[in-house]
Amino acid sequence: MKIYDKKTETMSRRSMAALQLKRLKEIVKYAYDRVPFYRKKYDEAGVKPSDIKTLEDIRKLPFVTKSDLRDNYPYGLLAVPVSDLARIHASSGTSGKPTVVAYTKEDMEDWTECVARLVVAAGGRSDDIVQICFGYGLFTGALGLHQGWERIGAAVIPASTGNSERQIMLMKDLGATALVATPSYALHLAEVMEKMGISPDEMKLRVGMFGSEASSEEMHREIAEKLRLFPTDNYGLSELIGPGVSGECEYKCGMHINEDYFYPEIIDPTTLAPTDGSDYGELVLTSLTKKSMPMIRYRTKDITKIDYSPCKCGRTTARMAKLKGRTDDMLIIKGVNVFPSQIEGVLLGFSELGSTYQIIVTREDYKDKLEVKVELADDSIVGDYGALENLKNRIHHALRTVLQIDAKLTLTEHMSLARSEGKAKRVFDMRKY
Amino acid sequence: MINQIAVFLENRKGRIGDCCEVLKHAGVNLCSMSIADTTDFGILRMMTDDNDKALFYLKAAGFMCAAVPLVAMQVPDKPGALADILIALDKAGVNIDYLYSFAGAGENAHIGFKTNEPQKAEKVLTEAGVKII
Repeated sequence: MKIYDKKTETMSRRSMAALQLKRLKEIVKYAYDRVPFYRKKYDEAGVKPSDIKTLEDIRKLPFVTKSDLRDNYPYGLLAVPVSDLARIHASSGTSGKPTVVAYTKEDMEDWTECVARLVVAAGGRSDDIVQICFGYGLFTGALGLHQGWERIGAAVIPASTGNSERQIMLMKDLGATALVATPSYALHLAEVMEKMGISPDEMKLRVGMFGSEASSEEMHREIAEKLRLFPTDNYGLSELIGPGVSGECEYKCGMHINEDYFYPEIIDPTTLAPTDGSDYGELVLTSLTKKSMPMIRYRTKDITKIDYSPCKCGRTTARMAKLKGRTDDMLIIKGVNVFPSQIEGVLLGFSELGSTYQIIVTREDYKDKLEVKVELADDSIVGDYGALENLKNRIHHALRTVLQIDAKLTLTEHMSLARSEGKAKRVFDMRKY
Repeated sequence: MINQIAVFLENRKGRIGDCCEVLKHAGVNLCSMSIADTTDFGILRMMTDDNDKALFYLKAAGFMCAAVPLVAMQVPDKPGALADILIALDKAGVNIDYLYSFAGAGENAHIGFKTNEPQKAEKVLTEAGVKII
């Protein structure tokens, strides 16, 4: 199979380390000189850019978290004037305001290259016709993959999300050979296809790139069988760049990290002590080149481990294992980040509701479903069906506004939801991966 | 005007039975009951021979409930009797949210209904010669 950037992707470990160290020194100095947030943080920690002499010295630097992005909304972490930006994306944040990420022209170029490497590793070719079933918009997934596939010379069908019958019609009629989607949506499409009486033999699909939510090997096997394509997993997060951080090759033994752009570390999530990465821990990433918004030691909250041995595919880049979960309570529902605190915030805004609630996530027909159960506060409107319906609609709308996805809302009787002693268990993620 | 009891019920197995059991132990007699089929919650409406007592025991048992006033009337038990009354109410601009019948003594049918304008409704009924309960 082909390697997109053979020089970098098959570089010796020693040369990679040298390149990473050179870039790390540059980006730490760059961030310290240009972003008051980093200067303050490093001054407080008593560390200077000149203290970075080896790659291990990165451990002297304090971490950056999602709340730092929120506290500096929207442009507080920029290292360049707004006039130098080429693109702005956003993902849902924990408190109503989105998390904003920005790109300079140079960042866009790096991003595109990163994704192009993953596309080729996944088996993508210039003669492919790729159907991208991610929501186009502020979400980095769709446009990120779009740029990468275009870069390698493929034809892109920006199908976006929704209307599965139409997606399948396009896929069949236009002869799509590659599919980009969340793994659960891919399985949903397979099911709709079956209902429409279309056999996978009538399709030309050969490769599938799946991401933006965790998936198991079993799920990939099922996708491969039902859609007759070769599925791979890929990983990214908007805070660092979007998709393009890492992705699987044809051997499917971990996701190759674009290490010349992203320096990975694994830490123990409780002690925050760095580990050698051979055991599962929290992934910490540093953007080594990002000019608009450098991210240095960003705590992803994703749990994985790293294998530094060379891969059978010829690439020497480190491989991260499929995600095992998260260290915080963030849920990924239909590819959208959802924090229970966002839901709580909405519910607390309604005086008709009590403070006990439950968040239940299930998967039906391969589609994620979010249900919110909440108790009524008192008897004041229980006799009035119209008032109850109206309340339900207002809560539904408020949840939709904050979360960007629809939730099924269930009003329940006072004291009917289980109380627990100690830490309340409010989130029930019943999905199986 | 008479009172009915409205009980908020989650769509959970056995909830109506639970509610009736409370009334049984309280020694309260039911005159009428009505519930529509809805997906996740419903409002059980009922009339009893002692609403205050019923409310007290239901609340003590953890049910969410409230007393809601209804306009109640006796309607002659013959074809078209109810239609004439409802048409009169409609002409007077009285909207009915819901109505249901309940048990009572004598030959007549007993009907209770919920409206936002009970005074206006009672005036229309009086003018039409309908007996109000």
